[in-house]
Amino acid sequence: MKIAISAKGRQINDSVDMRFGRTEYFILTDENGQLIDVLDNAAQSATGGAGIAAAQAVLDSGADILITGQLGPNAMRVISSASIPAYQAVEGTILENIQAFAAGKLSKITESGPAHAGQR
Amino acid sequence: MLKIAVLSGKGGTGKTTISASLASIIHGCAYVDCDVEEPNGFLFLNPKLDCNEQVLVQVPQIDEQLCNGCGACVRICQFNALALVRGKVLVFPELCHHCGACSLVCEPKAITEIDRSIGNISWSSNSCFFQGRLNIGEPAGIPIIKRLKQEVSKKIDLKAAVFDCSPGASCSVVNSLEGCDYASIVTEPTPFGLHDLKIAVELVREMKIPAGVIINKSGDQDAIIDEYCLAENVPVSLRVPYSRKIAEHYARGILPVEDDEALAISLTELYHSIRGEVCS
Ligand code: SF4
Ligand code: SF4
Repeated sequence: MKIAISAKGRQINDSVDMRFGRTEYFILTDENGQLIDVLDNAAQSATGGAGIAAAQAVLDSGADILITGQLGPNAMRVISSASIPAYQAVEGTILENIQAFAAGKLSKITESGPAHAGQR
Repeated sequence: MLKIAVLSGKGGTGKTTISASLASIIHGCAYVDCDVEEPNGFLFLNPKLDCNEQVLVQVPQIDEQLCNGCGACVRICQFNALALVRGKVLVFPELCHHCGACSLVCEPKAITEIDRSIGNISWSSNSCFFQGRLNIGEPAGIPIIKRLKQEVSKKIDLKAAVFDCSPGASCSVVNSLEGCDYASIVTEPTPFGLHDLKIAVELVREMKIPAGVIINKSGDQDAIIDEYCLAENVPVSLRVPYSRKIAEHYARGILPVEDDEALAISLTELYHSIRGEVCS
């Protein structure tokens, strides 16, 4: 299983990034927290549609599951069309979140949070 | 046609009352509300908006029968308006900037462009008043501003037009300013007013548009603006003193020029000096 998590750093002990579209990185691990890959989030600096571009990157990475803070409506549309389950991250490190997920302690994100408009 | 833009750093500096007042006392001058997100000039001018037109933009529509899921359209789109999910293209119309790139790169010609309304423009048939309105939830009003200016340009009998720009220095302000002969920047004698004024002055300089400053609620604090204007060599072209009457009128949707003769005279003078400056 491939898990994608929005992260503030490139290591498993770095903090989770509660932002999705504007997260610094996506860390890809297996369910045991074994690092598979790290993606720089190219969408971070997008003027608009960051959530969509980030969701596309997560999809293209082949992730089966997403853990992040909040999904805007557009990102939600992409992630749910792809039938990738999204889970609500808790403050803490990547590893702690993987462990919480494996223990069934993370709740599913079913509703999108507020939209973040880009620059006008 | 003399095109005067009226701008301000933030909302609430009296930009709308001043631009509407200016337009209303000059014979043959149109008032154009470019603040398409929140047009409010009509509250003061009570126009008869008997002409109306939808503003349409072209957004892609994907024919799923023809689409082979190659993703070329998604990769070319600079605005993240498309996504490819399990071989199917998702379109996010609100993010589309109508550049047409996606249809160009689609080999199987699966993309057609369909009309989508993002708002409307309306105007009075006597050409005194024009306004644009962006539908709620739409992110970008630039196509509306463009269409609005196009409609104003058609009215060749107009002597002048005052473009009431949206507050700030966003893309819509840049678009409203484009092609204007002169910019009046409305500010207030406060540190915030000065901060916003600086941004506006930089913008008009970059766009090479001659400009003057109007100090609204002018009084014993004016020095803060005067010092800056002197140092930057930007003229202060008008001072509108603070008056309780103006504030009360504002609340009731009445233009101050309607019973403030001094203001009417100074606005007329301002207009003639702008005309002189631009046409000399
Ligand atoms: S028209 Fe341009 S902005 Fe709109 S979806 Fe196509 S490529 Fe993107
Ligand atoms: S470019 Fe055309 S064929 Fe390729 S994914 Fe886009 S719509 Fe489909």
